[in-house]
Amino acid sequence: MRDRYALALGDDALILAQRLGEWVARAPELEEDVALANIALDLLGQARSLLTYAGELEGAGRDEDALAYWRDDRDFRNVLLVELPGGDFAVTMARQLVFAAYQYELYDRLRASTDDTLAAVAGKAVKEVHYHRDHATQWVLRLGDGTDESHRRMAAGLETVWPYVDELFEPFDGADVDPAALREPWQAYVGAVLAEAGLEPPATGQHRTGGRRGLHTEHLGYLLAEMQHLHRSHPGATW
Amino acid sequence: MAGTEEREAAFYAIIDADGRIEPRDDMPEAYRRTLVRQIAQHAHSEIIGMQPEGNWISRAPSLRRKAILLAKVQDEAGHGLYLYAAAETLGVSRDQLLELLHARKQKYSSIFNYPTLTWADVGAIGWLVDGAAITNQVPLTRCSYGPYARAMVRICKEESFHQRQGFEALLTLTRGTPAQKAMAQDALDRWWYPSLAMFGPPDTGEQASGGHTEQSMRWGIKRFTNDELRQRFVDMTVPQSQVLGLTIPDPDLRWNEERGHYDFTPPDYDELFRVIKGDGPCNAQRLAHRVAAHEDGAWVREAAAAYAAKKQEVAA
Repeated sequence: MRDRYALALGDDALILAQRLGEWVARAPELEEDVALANIALDLLGQARSLLTYAGELEGAGRDEDALAYWRDDRDFRNVLLVELPGGDFAVTMARQLVFAAYQYELYDRLRASTDDTLAAVAGKAVKEVHYHRDHATQWVLRLGDGTDESHRRMAAGLETVWPYVDELFEPFDGADVDPAALREPWQAYVGAVLAEAGLEPPATGQHRTGGRRGLHTEHLGYLLAEMQHLHRSHPGATW
Repeated sequence: MAGTEEREAAFYAIIDADGRIEPRDDMPEAYRRTLVRQIAQHAHSEIIGMQPEGNWISRAPSLRRKAILLAKVQDEAGHGLYLYAAAETLGVSRDQLLELLHARKQKYSSIFNYPTLTWADVGAIGWLVDGAAITNQVPLTRCSYGPYARAMVRICKEESFHQRQGFEALLTLTRGTPAQKAMAQDALDRWWYPSLAMFGPPDTGEQASGGHTEQSMRWGIKRFTNDELRQRFVDMTVPQSQVLGLTIPDPDLRWNEERGHYDFTPPDYDELFRVIKGDGPCNAQRLAHRVAAHEDGAWVREAAAAYAAKKQEVAA
């Protein structure tokens, strides 16, 4: 059970790191190339710890690379939110705010897990994610309350990601932290940021889900094809 | 107010004493212009250089290598930031310099106009390109202009770390499968001469760089000539290639006992000049990518500026 939990959290971090890496050398300003690479690196570090641990718990001899490179999309357990294409900078920041605020509440509680490894990963990650959340907050405020164009784009970014919010809080068998318990503090934080930015939470009636069961969007297959092709082209090689 | 001659004498007194010129010191306009051009070109090279390596972030063959590469490309963005800041001390803004880059009025290192075709190219860039950069840049830590010299101290430390990582990545390939070893050799075959060309035109002969070196040496900006640095790089790199078990693609490469240096075939300088003028494999692609990133981000920068202005108004 716990191996599936570690795998799901690890997949979330891995796939979002992959998406954020796409911004490197194309960010709106040099400071953002640095910041987005930094956030991607933090997430990649979390993913490596979590996948390594998932492999140990599974006991079938799979290490972080076996799990990252040799599973097909139906075996990935990340939420759909993290696999969506990066879109423009507003879509990316909308996702960052939603996801970092969720991850912050999650890791903050996971620190108290009876599982020492998960507690240790969470203890380190919560500090990183605190920065990720702050970074996204600052941008959502700037874009929401910047120019007419940035406001319009930020609102559209929220519309894009909002159907994928509910999945974050769905029940997960064997979770150390009940996802449903994260909803209220998440709502309080994100709601306050949006209010200050002069933005409304989108009134979407749509709820996309399935990632935790391996039912993904079409986007994930392409992401994995790119991420995995070199590793898979040389089976058994060491890099 | 001191006269022009006195001010020039004070400047050369600092230079001759191997002191540092600081932003508030008087300096000849030509010195300032040379430094702006050189620091800008260096800063542009850092940010354009993010592209060929960034090309492999999504495909890095292990999560560990992906993390190393992400960190490296992030460092390059950081180097760009310090260097633009160093240029700002000479009275030019980052925006102005980027405009000149985008309008093809300032250059960046020609090496980044070559494509990264395989994973081994990432290792080869670390080993050869960063190795050549360090050879060029270590003397710049003693450059007469203080802010540039200090930026170079930090940059050289990080570059030297990158160079070791690149070497280690290639070593892993050369000790790997036959396909991996072939990939490493192919990368060396393609990157060797462009790396030698990173030191610029030769000091003598028809293709020599017309007088820049001499003037820059007088000003304490440059400490060694292009050919001296090129030789130093070859002497350092040949033994490393032997550890890797790779063959440098130069049949005339051999140790010269008398000179105490390796003899080697110089790069094709005509090719170097063509690439500098814009006719390299990736010039158009690199610049188009940079301009697109800048243009796509314009609305974000405008929003940040508008937001900052609103906050300032409220505070006032």
